[in-house]
Amino acid sequence: MPELRRLRVRVDPDKCQGHNRCKAIAPELFELDEYGNARAAGDGTVPADLEEKAFLARSNCPEFAVEIVEEGES
Amino acid sequence: MTSRPPVKDWATDFDHLDPRWIKDPFPIWDEMRKGCPIAHTDRFQGVYFPSRYEDVRAVAYDTEHFSSRRVIVRETPPPRIPAPPITSDPPEHRPARMVLLPPFTPDAIRKLEPRARALCNELIDKFIARGTCDAAVEYAQEIPTRLIAHMLDLPESDGDLYRKWIHEILEVGITDQGVLMQAVAEMTRYFASAVQERTARPGDDLISYLVHARFNGTPMTADHVLGTLRLLLIAGIDTTWSGIGSCIWHLAKTPEDRSRLVAEPSLMPTAIEELLRAYAPVTMAREVIKETSINGCTFKPGQMVLLSFPAANRDPAMFPDPDKVIIDRKENRHAAFGLGIHRCVGSNLARMELTVAVEEMLKRIPEFSLAGEVSWSEGTVRGPRRLPLRFHQSARAMLKR
Repeated sequence: MPELRRLRVRVDPDKCQGHNRCKAIAPELFELDEYGNARAAGDGTVPADLEEKAFLARSNCPEFAVEIVEEGES
Repeated sequence: MTSRPPVKDWATDFDHLDPRWIKDPFPIWDEMRKGCPIAHTDRFQGVYFPSRYEDVRAVAYDTEHFSSRRVIVRETPPPRIPAPPITSDPPEHRPARMVLLPPFTPDAIRKLEPRARALCNELIDKFIARGTCDAAVEYAQEIPTRLIAHMLDLPESDGDLYRKWIHEILEVGITDQGVLMQAVAEMTRYFASAVQERTARPGDDLISYLVHARFNGTPMTADHVLGTLRLLLIAGIDTTWSGIGSCIWHLAKTPEDRSRLVAEPSLMPTAIEELLRAYAPVTMAREVIKETSINGCTFKPGQMVLLSFPAANRDPAMFPDPDKVIIDRKENRHAAFGLGIHRCVGSNLARMELTVAVEEMLKRIPEFSLAGEVSWSEGTVRGPRRLPLRFHQSARAMLKR
């Protein structure tokens, strides 16, 4: 039986410069550290109803720091 | 700046103080992108101008060949005027930046929002009954000036002094070094006395924060604190003032966008990002410190590079229909706040000020239009300096708050 596709967001800490675009677009999926740099909230799992926001966060990051990985597709 | 020799050719002789560039640079950049995407001029002792997004990005990311020790192109290179971290390169850059980031996170900035809203309404109160205003002079320029004074706990009435220095440093000072150095000296003296006072009696303000902050475990030197304060003032005022002015200018001449924002306030964050893209106010500069080549163009050490985030934001290779302002543009990786390690430290503050300024204006004055000639700044921060508006509401509706 095929597993359900699951998306996970990740922020590359070497690329993130704290533009805060991802957090503004998808506050449920990202959090900021004390310097304003972003990381995924929790383990980065994207609930189905937030997938569009996850992709928008990725396509608005000026530093190309937001990644989306698909899991459970094999 | 009217006495400058006319530009012979934009690809090989450009001049960013040319009146045509000041009024409407976008067609010039389009022409450059098609013919010579990295333009050069012998003026200002040699400057390159990349007009494509990918080349602007490449320069911004390359701190090995391009230094930030000079971030403004001037007729004659002045003695170094450090304003860390904007003028710092790695490895000094990182600690100087880290110390400045915590007071500018979105959470820290949110606390200033009520003051910003009140301030906008105080300004609107002064001109609303008149039915006209100069939105650049009476609104846009006052907002960041008063808010930075509030953050530094300095008198808001010192705003005229700040704007005088900024005009002398960023506009007149491009060609007149005497005026530049005089303004820097006045500003440094002004902050030195504030630093002395806050060292003795620290408060809850940004100057006290810097005076008492630890930098690599030790306090910052007095010179470092003064340099950073100069940066906050120079970088925080006319940039935001220009951004607010451009937003209002756009809304004054585009009634369909204005009424859409009034009807759909939830569109505001997306619209603000789009206005930031289309009218990005800030062009930075770098000094070439090691010879290198980008997309076939050789950059010679000692020359400068204008790093035009506004031009990058209009590159059709990156943004479909780049000259169209699409206030619900969904994919918008704009570079208005820079790219790489020098991302504007104040971006969260600027965004909040832009949003609040537009929201409060639209709440009080939903209908307005241009009422005369608009004039634009000179130099590398672009925005309206005269923006005459006429309001179209009955006085009664406008007085409502």
